[in-house]
Amino acid sequence: MNFIRFITGSIKIILRGSKVYYAWLILLLLLIIWGGLGYSDQLSEGLIKTHMRDSVSWAFYIGNFTFLVGVAAAAVMLVIPAYIYNWKPIKEIVIFGELLAVCAVIMSIAFVVVDIGKPLRFWHMLPLIGTMNFPSSMLSWDFFVLIIYFLINLTVVTHLLYSIFYKKEYNKKLVLILVLASIPMAVAIHTVTAFLYNALPARPFWNSALLAPRFLASAFCSGPAILLILFQILRKVTKFEIKDEAIWRIAELMVYAMFIYLYFTITELFKEFYSGTEHLLYWKYLLFGIGDNKEIVFYSWSSIGMGVVAFFLFLIPKTRKNFVTLNIGAVLIYASVYVEKGIALIIPGFTPDVLGQIYVYTPSMTEIRTATMIFSIGFLLFTFLVKIAIAIIFENYEISVLNKRKKS
Amino acid sequence: MKKDNSRRSFLKNISLATFSALALSGCDMKAVDEFLQDNFRILTKEEKDVIVKNLEVKYKEKYGKEFHVSDKPAMDGVSFGYALDLSRCVGCRRCVYACVKENNQSRDPQIQWIQVLQMEKEKGIDFAHSTIHYNPETVPEPGHFYVPVQCQQCENPPCVKVCPVKATWKEEDGIVVVDYNWCIGCRYCMAACPYGARHFNWGEPNIPKEELNTEMHYLGNRPRMKGVVEKCTFCIQRTREGKYPACVEICPVGARKFGNLLDPNSEVRYILKNKRVLVLKQELNTQPKFYYFFGV
Repeated sequence: MNFIRFITGSIKIILRGSKVYYAWLILLLLLIIWGGLGYSDQLSEGLIKTHMRDSVSWAFYIGNFTFLVGVAAAAVMLVIPAYIYNWKPIKEIVIFGELLAVCAVIMSIAFVVVDIGKPLRFWHMLPLIGTMNFPSSMLSWDFFVLIIYFLINLTVVTHLLYSIFYKKEYNKKLVLILVLASIPMAVAIHTVTAFLYNALPARPFWNSALLAPRFLASAFCSGPAILLILFQILRKVTKFEIKDEAIWRIAELMVYAMFIYLYFTITELFKEFYSGTEHLLYWKYLLFGIGDNKEIVFYSWSSIGMGVVAFFLFLIPKTRKNFVTLNIGAVLIYASVYVEKGIALIIPGFTPDVLGQIYVYTPSMTEIRTATMIFSIGFLLFTFLVKIAIAIIFENYEISVLNKRKKS
Repeated sequence: MKKDNSRRSFLKNISLATFSALALSGCDMKAVDEFLQDNFRILTKEEKDVIVKNLEVKYKEKYGKEFHVSDKPAMDGVSFGYALDLSRCVGCRRCVYACVKENNQSRDPQIQWIQVLQMEKEKGIDFAHSTIHYNPETVPEPGHFYVPVQCQQCENPPCVKVCPVKATWKEEDGIVVVDYNWCIGCRYCMAACPYGARHFNWGEPNIPKEELNTEMHYLGNRPRMKGVVEKCTFCIQRTREGKYPACVEICPVGARKFGNLLDPNSEVRYILKNKRVLVLKQELNTQPKFYYFFGV
């Protein structure tokens, strides 16, 4: 009964808002409709509406999936420094981080669903009713850890918000255990996602032990970038308090992550280029193109360029502590990792293909529209959840509702 | 096992009945049955026979022809092996088209289980410098040789290892098969295969009715649907009846040999013993049962 009131209260929160809020919702809805129409084409005609073919059999969708798993992982890993440095609003950082994680996991699973040929058969993957290939298949592992991670985070945020809503003391022991469990799980989801590619000796481009560490490092760049901007917005429009020092500290941690990522990439490049084996072909395709096939070169260099600029903006104390350049850096590193995971990671794994043939892939309009649909749904969900959280945490929403009830 | 089955079916009934009723409301019961059909490998012989009979009826309704769909299991004491003579192959691609016809591959969008690579004699077996798009007046072209590649029927198949739903497996006679009704179309197997042997139905497959091969096997050449993976099965519908695969029969230069690896007197065994033999990408330890050799 109490829980139902919590839900109805939450729904009331998301229905109220300023003009800007409504405009944002309408924009997202329009994007969802535009993207959804593209996706419905794919549903009726098949994945032939994408530019994937037998040579490049995974592409933009699975890249987005990978990126979002990284966002989900990093959002929660931010809890570690929050504890270590004892930032004041730890509870709030945990809540917003986990809300982001919940949305990112939903989006990442949505990208898997749109990528499979027979989405209605998804239940074949479930344990007991289907025939899950566990522990042999990395994909079933990935599904498994993502679901657990999702449930942990959902439980923690729901419990915290519910407790604040009713002004009850939250179950400290339970929350602490779950938050502590969610940290290794965050590492696990991104590691297993890296293993998904890593485990394929047929694809030399991914068959490097550095892949999983590189995944984690890049996730630590992109995930906190979103929260960095979100915290500044929250600080402006709500009573949320976070010191400048904490924000700069996050940025500082991101510099370490960027440096490690850069370092790993350089060691990888050294090994490949100095050895000069036939496996160099994939890196050549990524960075310079092969023959006249240079379509992907723009993506890879733009990712590298944005990443390097962001690195220096974050590295130099003056620009790190200036909020304009800091935010530019956050956007750039986010975009850099997005392009890297979305295109630069997946496509060279398939080009040239296992028989040495080159099929040039760039995303089709249907793929871009479907991705837009999923991101818009994710943003919509995140907007709603953040709005509920803000109202409950900072605006004492529960009291006004209860008082009204008592009066009437 | 029996207990396990009943628990499975119980769970399945409660959890899927509602969902499937919603998802398929308006469809006939056959579609519901098909949707709820279990992984082919764990079905009993009787259940398989019923499914196969239903398929024959379904295909007759759809294509207006009599079909025979087999679910014949592997024969005892048989492990199939294939040998291809690189010194004889002229790259005519007759095998490609015979395979398409025999195995009911989609004509549009085009699916071909055999890919013939043209390579330069100077470079040897080098995929990076090969092409499948050669198109001269006559073959073979001087200075070139040809390497047809299809499923290598690995003893240690990476595609089977990665499938998240066990929709693909290695049969007792060594043939790696796909249950088209169980495949979810995730294409992880395609990423894992080092030979490009797996093909996806990106769109609705199209085959002219009059060109359909009516002799079918459930795990082989029956018509596939949009959104699932397919691959060479050594013509399972033929080889389990004691016939040669279509590509072996059509080859005009006799470059393709096929037989039972467990039979010491078979032709493949003779080749393995007496010729210079190689397998593709040996370093990956997939242990193909598809051998390339130099006959002359």
